[in-house]
Amino acid sequence: MKITFKIWRQEGANSEGSLKTYDIDGLTEDMSFLEALDHLNERLVLKGEKVVAFDHDCREGICGQCGVFINGRAHGPHDHMTTCQLHMRSFKDGDIIVVEPYRAGAFPVIKDLVVDRTAFDRIIEQGAYITAKTGTAAEANAILIPKEVADSSMDVAACIGCGACVATCKNASAALFTSAKINHLNKLPQGHPEAHKRVLDMTNQMAIENFGSCTFTAACEVECPAGISISSIAEMNARYIKAKLFE
Amino acid sequence: MTLDSKIPAGRLEDKWTSYQAKSHLINPANKKKLNILVVGSGLAGAGAAATLAELGYEVQCFCYQDSARRAHSVAAQGGINAAKNYQHDGDSVWRMFYDTLKGGDFRSREANTYRLAELSAPLIDHFVQQGVPFAREYGGVLANRSFGGVQVQRTFYARGQTGQQLLLAAYSQLSKMIRAKKVEMLARHEVLDIVVIKGKAKGVIARDLATGEIKRFAADAVVLATGGYSRVFRLSTLAIGCNGSAIWKAHKRGAYFAAPSFTQIHPTALPQTSESQSKLTLMSESLRNDGRIWVPKKEDDNRQAKDIPEEERDYYLERRYPSFGNLAPRDIASRAAKERIDAGYGVGQLKNAVYLDFKHAIKKLGKDVIQDKYGNLFSMYEKITGINAYEEPMKISPAAHFSMGGLWVDYELMTSIPGLYAIGECNYSDHGANRLGANSLLQTSIDGYFILPNTINNYLEGELKETRPDVNHPEFVKVEDEVKSQIGKILAINGHRTTDDFHRELGKVMWQECAMSRNKKGLQKAILQIKEIKDAFWKEVKVTGYDNEMNPELEKALRLADFIELAILMCTDALERNESCGAHFREEYQTEDGEAMRNDEDYKYVSVWEYDAGDFKLHKEVLEFEYVQPTVRSYK
Repeated sequence: MKITFKIWRQEGANSEGSLKTYDIDGLTEDMSFLEALDHLNERLVLKGEKVVAFDHDCREGICGQCGVFINGRAHGPHDHMTTCQLHMRSFKDGDIIVVEPYRAGAFPVIKDLVVDRTAFDRIIEQGAYITAKTGTAAEANAILIPKEVADSSMDVAACIGCGACVATCKNASAALFTSAKINHLNKLPQGHPEAHKRVLDMTNQMAIENFGSCTFTAACEVECPAGISISSIAEMNARYIKAKLFE
Repeated sequence: MTLDSKIPAGRLEDKWTSYQAKSHLINPANKKKLNILVVGSGLAGAGAAATLAELGYEVQCFCYQDSARRAHSVAAQGGINAAKNYQHDGDSVWRMFYDTLKGGDFRSREANTYRLAELSAPLIDHFVQQGVPFAREYGGVLANRSFGGVQVQRTFYARGQTGQQLLLAAYSQLSKMIRAKKVEMLARHEVLDIVVIKGKAKGVIARDLATGEIKRFAADAVVLATGGYSRVFRLSTLAIGCNGSAIWKAHKRGAYFAAPSFTQIHPTALPQTSESQSKLTLMSESLRNDGRIWVPKKEDDNRQAKDIPEEERDYYLERRYPSFGNLAPRDIASRAAKERIDAGYGVGQLKNAVYLDFKHAIKKLGKDVIQDKYGNLFSMYEKITGINAYEEPMKISPAAHFSMGGLWVDYELMTSIPGLYAIGECNYSDHGANRLGANSLLQTSIDGYFILPNTINNYLEGELKETRPDVNHPEFVKVEDEVKSQIGKILAINGHRTTDDFHRELGKVMWQECAMSRNKKGLQKAILQIKEIKDAFWKEVKVTGYDNEMNPELEKALRLADFIELAILMCTDALERNESCGAHFREEYQTEDGEAMRNDEDYKYVSVWEYDAGDFKLHKEVLEFEYVQPTVRSYK
């Protein structure tokens, strides 16, 4: 199949970027979207041009490193799917595909389609852990955790940290990401001792990093590859109020 | 140099305890004066970095990804083994030790393997404490399932994302220590060489992948936790960035490489569909708990799976290995699939796959139960193939997956270069010639959390007296120059072929000659072919862009240059071992019914290779079996 890519090219963080057009032939339906970009890059190399820089790694939807805007949607046309899981069979021969980096103040562009998502790491550093050293654990079955609790913790723990929620949100809010981590730990008995501090510190960092506020448009949950629901944000807000009252 | 495995004396059950009782300790005030570089942020790297920092050391941790949370441990799906005996099904540390030793076809050390089993139970306690939402029973206790090669249920899991949940726990613990300013995290940094001063590892040279800047890092010890190198086959279940560069450079600086050719080919990946494919996605082995593997009994059968009646299906694993059936170990299941595919019974467009069928399980247990257990795997399968596996069987195929081989390490996980450690998949320690499912997350975690933090002190205690290494030492300057000159050389070639093109060529040779089955003639031919690829690469590769900027094409080329050299060693190793054991199947050495024929008389050793100016010199670490008599590894 033949595709016209319009791809955002930007040399560095402080340079100006623009969309460049590439007509590319020889693609097949069973190629993944990233393999189509590989294909384009090989042709660019042979022409002596610089390759399009894009982030990716596991290519099986779990590492969360890939993620671009495709035709105006984070991770492309499907709900709950990473960019690496998108295949060219989702497009038609002759289509024009516009590819841009995630746009958010807290995710500055490094080059082309690559953005800096270290703001997420800094939110995690503010309390997405249990303060317990290696070697201090009690027998695993000493604390029973009902299946429903473990399951609902797992539902949000599944977040892959790709940033699609931020990219798709008109406010560039990180509420879905932050809530998923807070709820994962605060639901479990192991997370209880630090529950209040965790929700206060992590949401505070979210503000410091210049993520926007959540206005419950639910745009994020549509794109979330892990299928995390915005009820997670509501739960975080409830935990926040509780923490404010009791701290 | 002689190979000293440093196995402690005493009874098998007491070795680790007695080691710990005797190893040198460092007081907390002195630990602060020592700094350690950890290369890699997967379960081994992040676990080690966090734990070493908790102990008081200064740590710098590197990863090539944009965040520590992306390391490829994240992709392990099925589970982690532990001898908890929660199922009351006769499990014990001894049984787990024996299963692992036998699973590896008696090509690993008894003492290491026993320690792996011994530390498995406390590791589950640790991860539960760190907030891993493992699967639970309704009563609130932890749930288990089975994995290949064993007859007990000892695998703990978090849906089909066990690796993700464990890695995120390690990343959380690491983040805690980053916040405490005890770990400096260097994401988007790739270590390109190791600096050895007076025979001891004293630092690394790394490239900042965002800016292209080459940086020097000095330390009192260096820990490599860089994962597996099966991307040498190009098509594998690994992440695209996974590479063997740091361990290969360490090898060239004097670290011995053990059993490089022992590669696990995973039986249940998605089949290749085209030339341009970059990756083979794994479908967890846990699926074999409920899925049944079959091919049509008729050769070249073009009917749809649903149109093939029961009596015309060949459940070949159940037929050949009645006592383990669909849960036969990976090497055996992969070879059995290859045998059927090669014989003309393969299914799918390219006839390169076999069926994994859930029809019976869904009928017996209901769709809800199957969905609860494997829901995310089924949806992943549908995303990639467009096929609903609740309705028709999955099509699966063998794919390069795990490197049992790696840098040779002693009982302390130290390589043959003092002060240089290798932990997790990048070492050769516990798995022998074949790794059992769900033992990978286990080994990598135990190395990082439990073993290294208790052995590195034994070396560092001696380093307290030494002057601290300095990045202006002439050796740092020299190694940095070598790194820069290699980068300059690659960029200057300006040939006419892409890096991917060379990688595809290398991958085909390796898959053909050094994967599931090997033979003398093929391996000899492969070595010559790879040498030709190497020559051509250094004349004809074309890499665009510059060194002083983010340049993914340059990263790829640097990694491939190392893979090509590593591939020669892998074939050399496979050629030298005139026996079949575990994943290493030499066609010349098989029984009449096609099973592996091990030769303990001549090959009861680990092949340990020394780099010798472009050539390789073999050393042998003879394996002593004091507690277990190696037997014929049968799963029939």
